[in-house]
Amino acid sequence: MAFVRQVLVIMAKDLRAELRTKEAINASLSFALVVLLLFSFAFDPSEETTREISGGLLWIVFAFAGTLLLNRSFARELNNDCLDALISAPISGAALFLGKALANYVLVLAVELIALPLFGVFYNVRWTSQFWQLMMVIALATWGMTVTGTMFSALTVNIRLREVMLPILNFPILIPALLGAMQLTSALVAGKPIAADNDAWLKMLIGFDVMYTAVSVFLVETVLVGG
Amino acid sequence: MRDKILYIIGAVALILLARDMYLITGFPAEANQGAIFKIIFFHVPMAITALTCAMVAFVASILFLITKNFQYDALAVAVTEVGLAFLAGNLITGSIWGRVAWGIWWAWDARLTSALVCWLLYAGYLMLRNAIEEPTQRATFAAVFSIFAFIDVPIVIFSIKWWRTQHPQPVFWGGGSFPPDWSAVFGWQMLAILLVGVVFTAVRLRQEQFQREIDSLRRMAHAL
Amino acid sequence: MNAVGVESVWKFYGDYPALRNVSLSAAPGACLALIGRNGAGKTTLLRTIAGFSRPGKGKIAIFGNSPRDTATRRLMGFIGHGISVYDELSALENLMLFGKLYGLADPKKTALEWLERTGLDRVKDGLVREFSRGMRQRLAVARAFLHSPKVLLLDEPFTALDDRAIAVLQRLLHEALSEGKTIVMSTHQLREALELATHVALLNRGQVAFHGPRTAEMVADPGWVYARYGEG
Repeated sequence: MAFVRQVLVIMAKDLRAELRTKEAINASLSFALVVLLLFSFAFDPSEETTREISGGLLWIVFAFAGTLLLNRSFARELNNDCLDALISAPISGAALFLGKALANYVLVLAVELIALPLFGVFYNVRWTSQFWQLMMVIALATWGMTVTGTMFSALTVNIRLREVMLPILNFPILIPALLGAMQLTSALVAGKPIAADNDAWLKMLIGFDVMYTAVSVFLVETVLVGG
Repeated sequence: MRDKILYIIGAVALILLARDMYLITGFPAEANQGAIFKIIFFHVPMAITALTCAMVAFVASILFLITKNFQYDALAVAVTEVGLAFLAGNLITGSIWGRVAWGIWWAWDARLTSALVCWLLYAGYLMLRNAIEEPTQRATFAAVFSIFAFIDVPIVIFSIKWWRTQHPQPVFWGGGSFPPDWSAVFGWQMLAILLVGVVFTAVRLRQEQFQREIDSLRRMAHAL
Repeated sequence: MNAVGVESVWKFYGDYPALRNVSLSAAPGACLALIGRNGAGKTTLLRTIAGFSRPGKGKIAIFGNSPRDTATRRLMGFIGHGISVYDELSALENLMLFGKLYGLADPKKTALEWLERTGLDRVKDGLVREFSRGMRQRLAVARAFLHSPKVLLLDEPFTALDDRAIAVLQRLLHEALSEGKTIVMSTHQLREALELATHVALLNRGQVAFHGPRTAEMVADPGWVYARYGEG
């Protein structure tokens, strides 16, 4: 019980600090908009083929915008050496990690859920036809992105080129999850529910999430306290 | 002593390579694909050596986190670099084959795509190392990332395979088949390339040890 | 039992030993001043005692337990180079955050008490980023004392502080010592530190050059230890 409470305290702290300044979330939202706009120049938005690749476009927007939020996660602790205070507090590395990951999850999901209807309007995609299944895919793939992103945010917080390193590390790791999310999203926004021919992707997403959550929780103490 | 063993392994690898080259050029052209099919003697052993390197890096990274012995960290970085070189060789030979067989350099074939993703994964590992100054932190963070990357390898391979099967393709590998009398030479070639990998790793490992010594002396000098 | 025990601790950066076979101890109620030149290993030692990193060899014990045990960390308070409070949160929110993390029974009540003791009660709802330097430092002190730790670890505590914060900190440290709490601090400010210290340890290139009780000579001439046991 104490563990859950600590996770929630850390999560509430991160969300409150972010919502006070809204720095990262505003940057992330504007970036998502810019990328959506750029795609309309690269691909004719009225073409049928553009709708076919819409799942891919959408997840590229999500991944780019999410990176901006994830970069801030541990960087937030750099000012005033706040990470010292958290590491010396009587909470486990796992609680600290999950609290921060959940805060990131809420923020990334918020940006995605604002970008999604805009995307539907701009590209004339009827994304609501399989609403709940689409929400499930977004929830699963975003968690995968957040959990590895939060871990890599901890790995890169102290190093040179922090902002560049996070996507360089995170995107290749995320390729299977993004691939699955793109395939499923393209089918769902075209009105096709998840069926036998693509539920393997769903299983892969779940497996990806479970595996990387477990490994991160297991290794985070090593990353924070080191050798 | 260690030097001598290394020279011997290197010499064996070179002799094997020379002998294999001689035999391979003597083979007749494959029925469907012609002479280019013989690139498989380099393409496949390079992929297998790279995969072996990834596995060794994974085990070495775990051992480093458990023991904090820097020998394992040095081994992890050495095999990762060598593995990346072999994977690059695999990508290049695959691309050359594609140019001859299909007329294009790159066709998003499932295996080549997976290899490229893995290459990027492990290139990230080296970039992460480069960006961290303090050796203990560098070794620890790199080991954690190496574990993350290795877990991803099978997921990448399977997901890209599924992705490819959902998109109809031209038939790959053009129905080329491997004559049974080639398999002995293929085995020797596999061994030769693996030995080259061992020699590279050993050389790189020693370099890494010197580097650590230099770094330690530099810190000592700064402390004076 | 010692409040702080350091047994043959080695700490490596790569192959370079930043701490070499360091053994120290501090009994409950003692105040140990770690002195030595820049790069002698004071901060490394203090951070290892605080559990920010594990020793390469040897053992750290806080009342007999590892500093990484959750229960042990509840007993420790740390003040480092940074103030370790969040700019985007108010003074009260900061203290309540740490009160909750330390599992205090009534985080709000304790937080308000400490805001009063450090003279920040009037600005309790102000955001830290609007605070002056001195106010931020006093909040940092309140944050470290909030959970009434039994062992206080202070890294150069007097260096960055203004006069008022030094006064607040010294009053709190004297109080803590009189309550039988243990203090380990690394410092350059020999005069302030030696006044408070009961014991002194001199580090020289990662090794202990001297470890013993503070003597009258040291207070009379703060440079005495350096002169007697090497420049460090």
